[in-house]
Amino acid sequence: MSDPAAVAAPESPGATATPLLDVAGLSVLLEINGAKRPVLRDVSLTVRPGEAVGLVGESGSGKSMTARAIDRLLPRGAEVTGSIRFGGEDVNGLTGAGLRRYRNQVAMIFQDPRAHTNPVRRIGDFMTEALQANLAVPAAEARRRAVEMLAQVGIDDGAKRLRQYPHQMSGGMLQRVMIAAALLTKPRLLLADEPTTALDVTTQAEVMAILDGLRREFGLAMLFITHDLDLAAAICDRTAVMYAGQIVEIRASALLHDDPLHPYTAALAAARPDITQTAHRLRAIPGRPLSAFEAPPQECAFAPRCPYATHICRTAVPDLAELDGGVSRCARAHELRGQLGGLRGAPDG
Amino acid sequence: MSTGIPTAIEAPRFRALTSVRATGAAGIASAIILAAATFAAIFGPLLAPYDPELPNLSLAWIGPIGGHLLGFDVQGRDVLSRLLVGAQTSMLGPLVVVIVSMITGAVLAVIAAWRRGAADAAISSGLDILFAFPGILLAVLATAVFGAGLPAAAIALSLAYMPYVARVLRGAAFRERSQPYVAALEVQGASATSICLRHLIPNMLPLIVAQATILFGYAMVDLAAISFLGLGVQPPRPDWGVMISENETGIVQGYPLPALSAGVCIVAVVIAVNVLGERLFEHAEAGRR
Amino acid sequence: MAETGNAAPVLQAVGLRKEFGELVAVDDVSFDLPPGRSLAIVGESGSGKTTIARMIVGLERPTNGTIAACGHDRSRPARSTRDRRRRGREVQIVFQDPYTSLDPRQTAEATIDEVLRLHHGWPADRRRARTAELIDLVGLDTRQSRALPRSLSGGQRQRVAIARALAAQPEILILDESVAALDVSIQAQVLNLLADIRDHTQVSYILISHDLAVVRQLTDEAIVLHRGKVVERGPTAQVLDDPQHPYTQRLRASVPRPGWKPRRRGRPGTGEETGVP
Repeated sequence: MSDPAAVAAPESPGATATPLLDVAGLSVLLEINGAKRPVLRDVSLTVRPGEAVGLVGESGSGKSMTARAIDRLLPRGAEVTGSIRFGGEDVNGLTGAGLRRYRNQVAMIFQDPRAHTNPVRRIGDFMTEALQANLAVPAAEARRRAVEMLAQVGIDDGAKRLRQYPHQMSGGMLQRVMIAAALLTKPRLLLADEPTTALDVTTQAEVMAILDGLRREFGLAMLFITHDLDLAAAICDRTAVMYAGQIVEIRASALLHDDPLHPYTAALAAARPDITQTAHRLRAIPGRPLSAFEAPPQECAFAPRCPYATHICRTAVPDLAELDGGVSRCARAHELRGQLGGLRGAPDG
Repeated sequence: MSTGIPTAIEAPRFRALTSVRATGAAGIASAIILAAATFAAIFGPLLAPYDPELPNLSLAWIGPIGGHLLGFDVQGRDVLSRLLVGAQTSMLGPLVVVIVSMITGAVLAVIAAWRRGAADAAISSGLDILFAFPGILLAVLATAVFGAGLPAAAIALSLAYMPYVARVLRGAAFRERSQPYVAALEVQGASATSICLRHLIPNMLPLIVAQATILFGYAMVDLAAISFLGLGVQPPRPDWGVMISENETGIVQGYPLPALSAGVCIVAVVIAVNVLGERLFEHAEAGRR
Repeated sequence: MAETGNAAPVLQAVGLRKEFGELVAVDDVSFDLPPGRSLAIVGESGSGKTTIARMIVGLERPTNGTIAACGHDRSRPARSTRDRRRRGREVQIVFQDPYTSLDPRQTAEATIDEVLRLHHGWPADRRRARTAELIDLVGLDTRQSRALPRSLSGGQRQRVAIARALAAQPEILILDESVAALDVSIQAQVLNLLADIRDHTQVSYILISHDLAVVRQLTDEAIVLHRGKVVERGPTAQVLDDPQHPYTQRLRASVPRPGWKPRRRGRPGTGEETGVP
């Protein structure tokens, strides 16, 4: 596994030249209930070519909003500051043909496949639309490629499936179709926004395996968004954790559980019940997750709920600091090094 | 785009007046028009400066003069007085139609949604049959049976509107009925009647209010048309629809004021009711979830 | 059937079957709930677990089989309002979606008060006192109890739903994926709350869930459903640590945990089915 890259500059050994996706200082204001409120604050992360990065957070963390910002799907009236660069090019400035080209290179997979497919059109039409319209591939060739890709995601009778409608398929199968459709335009980056949250756990495992396998086979980069820390760690090299519209930690996935750099990551991992043992009580985090606009402006957003908070945490919003190849937005990150990991509820007697 | 974030905790208050204020200038103007029309409907006979029914053919068609602000109509009666007294039947008629059709329609919609299955199928089929009869036709039928006049016309129109109301409300009733909170109450053992009255109907209220206001406008126009045809309010009783009918000839003869002033009253009230209803609906819906 | 020896089971289902037209959603399912214990009904979509929950509380009628709670049979719909209310005092339910399981026009206080009025003929001040107790029991404060649901978060709404269910003082509380829609940190709070409530009131839980870690945390016994049939049963720890049936094994292997890697299972291809209607 390659070294986890720091956010600032890809100078660490083994890193390739330019990151494929470079988000720097991204802040977004949205109009909510008549007032402009922040939903993302100073989000910075990079994805290198061929790398899978997980983005984990709870409600209000801004993880979905980040994906939408990257795919230029923010609602009208959103104020965006900061930069998003793809292959060196500024994404926010793209229009028309440039934007369409961008969208061919960045494919998005959504949480609910049914909400993102037209129920009165056949699967075949949906899958080949981008190929025919944007890449001028002739219809027969486009269908051939679609059938091939369906086989790759484990759907063998592709020709028959192309003629079906979305309602004739289960959720799991439709999500596999979505993945196949996303891969058809040979994108360089996959944005997966909670692609398995609505699926059964056995179907999820299957879909995750397909996604992981195909991604490696085609050498695609991926930004994988989820609320499940263990799920992200399973197929992503690095994982970023978000809270209240900010990135609070970026870390190599393998180290996330045993050696997290931010108290929120540690608390999130510890709050989850353990399938191998019953705890008397879980280590619940008091209070509830905040959104960006609820966070107080002059202190660490997590401080009110943090067992390690001291007065320095309440004087200013901490900056992202590099630490051991990762990044942490904890003012006490250096001090707490090594103390945060491996916690779960105490086992029952 | 939902952010899943709750707004600050607000205690619920009855917000009738603040609701009206929140609906903007058009909303306020509409409220004023409706208040004026209602006021006239209640106090018209007291306010009318002259006798609305006593004819004096020598005064026919004379324009505004002295205390007669809108002049005289085809039979030499004071137009303003007839408008004020006519407000009574013109407002009361649609009100009765709306109340009767909304109540019967709502009851049928809720029963169909609650019991579903065979009961719903039966009610829907019955309503479909009733849909086939246009309001005017039923009015003619009603006057043949009950004699011409406002009561017959109002009954006929209520019957004509009921299936429309029931169909619109049925959708909302079904939606609420299938919500888990209704199931939770069923599991608690609450009776069907109490759930329907205390939970189903109140949650349909924005739609019911919107429907009622739209219906009021339609009823006013339809009743005016029915009276225009001679089947509703009978002359010499003043009524805005009757006034248009009676003074119709004045328009071509160069005396448009009597007929037009009645027409303007109808149009003003119908628009006001629609605007206010729409604003109130939006406001109520926005504050719901 | 789990045998615990001493006391009679507080809920007993025998040979439950439910057909929706041609589709058999539940096929010969039997289980017992001993008093003071908690049972998990584990399954994915199409397993029939939610249908079973609905049959127990009377929202669906079994095609075949019997259900008895607290000694009273409830296989057929209740015949009188009094009967329905008595059943409400035996078994209650908390649904999955916090955003639709409360009447949007009712405050938490009013919601609980309505249930109290339904089951007890108490005067207003006694109801007020009991409402305050229940609000406190589920970890809410007075300001939140006077709020409408739209001002409350998902976790807070679920607490209100739990308080409403407890207002009837049921022997059995069915939790139908009641924490599935909550954030991880909130889920932990609510699970702790449910454990506290169980210690405080001796209510018995039936937990319907697909989440094996939650099942482990909250229940003593478990039955595993697959396409309407029970494929495995036993103490929760045993079923999860040493699953016997291939489906249970597959389920267990699919749960993400530290160090887990997803693996493809051959080529399922055409073997997918659509779920239960």
